[in-house]
Amino acid sequence: MNEIEKNLLAQVADLHEIPIGAYNIRRDGEAAGRNSTANIEITSKTDKPGIDIRIKPGTKNESVHIPVIITQSGYGETVYNDFFVGKDADVLIVAGCGIHNSGCDTSQHDGIHAFYLEEGARVRYVEKHYGEGDGTGGRIMNPTTLIYMQKNSYIELETVQIRGVDSTLRITHVEADEGCEVVITERLMTHGKQIADSEMEVDLNGADSRARITSRSVAQDESVQVFRPRVVGNAKCFGHVQCDTIIMGNAKVSSVPEIAANNVEAQLVHEAAIGRIAGDQLLKLMTLGLSKEEAEERIISGFLK
Amino acid sequence: MLSIRGLNYEVETEHGTLGILKNIDLDIETGRFVVITGPNGGGKTSLAKAIMGLVPATAESMTYNGTDIAGLDVTERAKLGISYGFQQPPRFKGMLVTDLLSIAAGRELTDGECCAFLTQVGLCTSDYQGREIDAGLSGGELKRIEIASLLARNASLMIFDEPEAGIDLWSFARLTETFRELHENSESTLIIISHQERIIRLSDEIILISGGEVTMSGPTEEIFPKIMNATVPGCAFLEDRK
Repeated sequence: MNEIEKNLLAQVADLHEIPIGAYNIRRDGEAAGRNSTANIEITSKTDKPGIDIRIKPGTKNESVHIPVIITQSGYGETVYNDFFVGKDADVLIVAGCGIHNSGCDTSQHDGIHAFYLEEGARVRYVEKHYGEGDGTGGRIMNPTTLIYMQKNSYIELETVQIRGVDSTLRITHVEADEGCEVVITERLMTHGKQIADSEMEVDLNGADSRARITSRSVAQDESVQVFRPRVVGNAKCFGHVQCDTIIMGNAKVSSVPEIAANNVEAQLVHEAAIGRIAGDQLLKLMTLGLSKEEAEERIISGFLK
Repeated sequence: MLSIRGLNYEVETEHGTLGILKNIDLDIETGRFVVITGPNGGGKTSLAKAIMGLVPATAESMTYNGTDIAGLDVTERAKLGISYGFQQPPRFKGMLVTDLLSIAAGRELTDGECCAFLTQVGLCTSDYQGREIDAGLSGGELKRIEIASLLARNASLMIFDEPEAGIDLWSFARLTETFRELHENSESTLIIISHQERIIRLSDEIILISGGEVTMSGPTEEIFPKIMNATVPGCAFLEDRK
């Protein structure tokens, strides 16, 4: 791998060398490396681009890395990855996509990830999106995440898009059965003329299911962000949605959290706030010796951490 | 030494121009513990903010250790060694208590160092080191973290704006001890805006501000009895001055 590819891998998956455990590295539409383990099997799909990841029941403390990197300007792909997580397994899955575009054509990655969690399975899923390159071509990433949870399973989604993605449409759909817990943390920063649209629906179908959705974003310059997280309570359940955005420059942000109860025992809460960096926050850090620009940077990095 | 001559601060209101600080002259020697007190709305916080550069006050001269600071912004004054603890500190979503203390110190602090600063303000470190400075903290907790940030800053001039406000009785006792130790063991100048007798009694000097003016100032042993005998502070002191 060249330095550009190595940097992309480091940015999206914190990979500085070949990871331990199961992995599949996709580079410009081709397999750049794959490893299955005794408990985690990765196979190519035969009917469309993508892979199946099968995690055996009871697998504990193992990880799967499946980063995607694109360095060819003008390259576009739609990839389907399905995760089958066995009963009582407990694993970390690190995905992510990095695009380096130094040309004038648009590069695009549409990743469609489906998770099937069996009873009692626990997954922590980390997904980072990152773009770079001095070309005029666009860098587009459209992730779709579909999650189907059986009884008492748990999933924690941590999605991060910090810089360099010109346009993104993020779709997340979760169906949670009895006793399931969903924790989604979305962090996003847009700048320039970037556009980010996040559509999310979590259906709490089973008794005592729970969902906590936290979205934190920073919109700078002329960028546009739209958030539509929706939690539907179809049983005795608890759901909490919180969207916080720092707006700067001439950015535009629309935050539309929605809660819908179809059961009298559903407890659902939503909060949303959009605002500029407060003047007293800047002044406090300036009294500690930071310049206004340094103070802004610290406030933003803390907010998105 | 902090030296101020002809300090004025005015704000525009719907009724016209309102003088908040009126021609204030002030000299505070290095290493002194000075309490600024006086009635509500008298201009105490405005004076403290004017020293830090947080409000657009004007002055014939304002020097700190010989440097003219009148034209300097907040950051520049902070770099010269002036610090200010807010009466109502801001919250920072996502920023950890340890992050704020490290920013204040100008370097990454160890857990042990953070622990020492938090202990000085009566906070149990294990409960706060990983905490965000957000709505999950009470006003009193936030205030104590604010004070800890000034201790971490270790500036040569520390200004605390009503540090006791919102703090419980037990923590207040610890806080007054911290101020006493700070005064005894460091060469920093302390300016504390306070109405609390226990803090006032620790000070070397008292400055009384009322109606935007310094109505009385001097050694604590001289000024304090006059304050204690006043029933209606602003008017009584003005009468006394006549």
